[in-house]
Amino acid sequence: MAKIVFKHPQSLKENIYHYCPGCGHSIVHRLVAEVIDEMGIRGITIGVPPAGCAVLAYNYFDVDMIEAPHGRGPAMASAIKRCLPDRVVFSYQGDGDLAAIGIAESLHAANRGENITVIFINNAVYGMTGGQMAPTTLLSQRTTTSPAGRKKELDGHPVKVSEIFSQLGGTTYIERCSVSSPAGVNKTKKAIRKAFQCQIDGLGFSMVEILSLCPTNWKMSSIDSCKWIDDVLSKEYPPGIYKDNIAEAKKTAEAAP
Amino acid sequence: MIVKTIFSGFGGQGVLMMGISLANSAMNKGYHVTYLPAYGAEMRGGTANCTVAVGDEEIASPVASEPDYLIVMNLPSLFTFQNKVSAGGSIFINSSIIDARPNRQDVKTFCVPCADMAQELGNNRVANVIMMGAFIKKSNVVSPDIYLKSLEIIMGSRKKTLAEINRKAFAAGFDYIKD
Amino acid sequence: MNKVLMSGNNVIAEAGIRAGCRFYAGYPITPQNELTEYMAEHMRNAEGGVFIQSESEVAAINMIAGSSATGVRVMTSSSSPGISLKQEGISSMAACELPGIIVNIMRGGPGLGNIRPAQGDYFQATRGGGHGDYRTIVIAPATCQELADLTMDAFDLADKYRTPVMILADGMMGQMMEPVIFKKPKPRQYPEKFMLRGAGTGKSKFIRGLLLDPIDSEEHNWKLARKYEVITKNEILHEEHRVDDADLVIVAYGTAARIAKGAIKRLRDHGMKVGLFRPITLWPFPELKLRALSAKIKNYLVFEMSTGQMLEDVRLALQGYANIEFHGRPGGAVPTPAELANVVAKIYDKKD
Ligand SMILES: Cc1ncc(C[n+]2csc(CCOP(=O)(O)OP(=O)(O)O)c2C)c(N)n1
Ligand code: SF4
Ligand SMILES: [Mg+2]
Repeated sequence: MAKIVFKHPQSLKENIYHYCPGCGHSIVHRLVAEVIDEMGIRGITIGVPPAGCAVLAYNYFDVDMIEAPHGRGPAMASAIKRCLPDRVVFSYQGDGDLAAIGIAESLHAANRGENITVIFINNAVYGMTGGQMAPTTLLSQRTTTSPAGRKKELDGHPVKVSEIFSQLGGTTYIERCSVSSPAGVNKTKKAIRKAFQCQIDGLGFSMVEILSLCPTNWKMSSIDSCKWIDDVLSKEYPPGIYKDNIAEAKKTAEAAP
Repeated sequence: MIVKTIFSGFGGQGVLMMGISLANSAMNKGYHVTYLPAYGAEMRGGTANCTVAVGDEEIASPVASEPDYLIVMNLPSLFTFQNKVSAGGSIFINSSIIDARPNRQDVKTFCVPCADMAQELGNNRVANVIMMGAFIKKSNVVSPDIYLKSLEIIMGSRKKTLAEINRKAFAAGFDYIKD
Repeated sequence: MNKVLMSGNNVIAEAGIRAGCRFYAGYPITPQNELTEYMAEHMRNAEGGVFIQSESEVAAINMIAGSSATGVRVMTSSSSPGISLKQEGISSMAACELPGIIVNIMRGGPGLGNIRPAQGDYFQATRGGGHGDYRTIVIAPATCQELADLTMDAFDLADKYRTPVMILADGMMGQMMEPVIFKKPKPRQYPEKFMLRGAGTGKSKFIRGLLLDPIDSEEHNWKLARKYEVITKNEILHEEHRVDDADLVIVAYGTAARIAKGAIKRLRDHGMKVGLFRPITLWPFPELKLRALSAKIKNYLVFEMSTGQMLEDVRLALQGYANIEFHGRPGGAVPTPAELANVVAKIYDKKD
């Protein structure tokens, strides 16, 4: 008997992605959908896509979704979760969405310890609007708004979201992964699963930051993009678990009357 | 007189350059001109197109709902735009990579194997200039002289050899179309 | 001066730099990204030029307010959703009487809408947009040449009246290239006494919008109102096109007015006498000019790329003295001159 080892996730609609060839969003969409399938939570999951290349995520995820204005996803997700505490609520955000215009909403949702999950796509540029500098753009990286390369004196430093958010009292689980290799993809999927489980167990704010390819705006092939993530981007943003208070939070939760 | 032309193809085929060079030539000739590129998410998936309107009077809308000329550098462009071309209009086809032909009887079709011709000239990147040669010959929107001069200006301080190869490419396209 | 072929977004940026703009802050948004990118590239070559990609539109408007207070010529640009975010800052600049240029390259709305050309922000632009009793001067060019000329003029207006000025265009105007000639800008006239540059050995000053005493606040509001009255009297711009013998006049601005001109050409070819009234300043609206026209022409068609916003100003101007019809294409749909001509032809036949 043949065994099915690879199939289309149920939580992913059969629409063709509008993403560029080689784009990391496509990979992460699939991972999130697989996790939702495996956890059997399709019917109780509500997602909030961002303004960014993933703005059309509702065309792909087969779960309830509501669009948020640019950067405001975590505010919306916080409120949805407060009104429907037994649903699984995630906000899907790019680096411009999360770390620039939406840094206040994102940081404060995390700091309040909202029991939501943020899927954070760090591709070091504004993908949707055509490759402008993002808060996560590396120093000396050229973009359309840093034509001479990002300069710390004028444009500040790359914002390390996982490091910053792990300092906040409200956060429970924060991991940075990368989808630049098969091993990285597997790790990312595990992290997404852990983040959703953290939420389902009622343990508080979880976020998975994912170093993701944007071959179009990096002006590289997909292969070179993967290499660039491994050799350059991940040096500034080392993958790893930045915070894991899950065990502790569980204990506190169990001790509570 | 207002003449509208749509240029369409893959990003990287120099499609926008075709439009910009025509628009600049028309400006240098003293015509009214508008150039309108497709922009934003339209560009995703690697297609590019632009519309150029040239006239001896003020141009109202830069959009071409019924272009007089259509230049297609790839197959999807032919399917997207062929039905818009005005009756009696012309379609220029990069026949090196497009086997299909327009399914309309009321338009003229000019097949120019510009990609192959560019290869023969030893520079794959000038396929667009070859096509412009063919287009200028038939459309007569501006003279070859003005076109080539304008092209040189846009190319700016770049190497002399580039101007030379562009001239050759343009001539090849221009001569390819027989009267 | 040579003619150059430039996109509307680049024209605005170049005209700004030539007019002496030395501070630009903005946040990416389509269809105006080329303006921000042009500033990123060229502001660094302008002496004393500062370009900041801000973390949001909220930050950008407050950055230009700060820079304006120091006496620098300033500009920010965005498109519809970003302009919504700027409203608090625009209200504050109006209150504090800070000059500055805000460019709105409109797209389809409401909400995220789309990135196609639209005119749905007319109310927001002409009614103040933010909270409180204020107005912004709103200029709506229809060609790249006008974008060049009127952007330069906008800086002079902003200084003259110490008030924010908005350039209102749309995605088509921003993306389209046309030949332009840049005129020579006038020398700037902006008294040092309005600039905040440190008191030195003199008296210190402050700039504020907070006026806790209602009587003081009322007086400030009336002062602004008197200023707006002067602007309304002196700064109106409009164009009349083929109205002399017209039986019906289309009222349209910006891209819609261009389309209207195309429609008028077709209609006239068919013997229908149609003209165009084009407001160039949307606030102040050329109310009296339009009313004067209604003394001889009794039929109007307002055409907007919205569900009907300027329509209200036309009704106020014509006060029931003429028939007003409306045709609109909201949400980023751009009609063709042929479509508009068909609509007009139907109305033309019915008119008395
Ligand atoms: C208020 C507002 N400002 C700007 C925009 C335009 N905009 C849409 S997505 C985006 C940034 C996208 O970058 P990022 O968040 O990094 O996502 P990516 O596309 O790279 O995945 C911007 C600036 C908007 N939609 N709303
Ligand atoms: S622009 Fe970049 S992030 Fe956006 S779809 Fe293309 S590759 Fe992906
Ligand atoms: Mg990004």
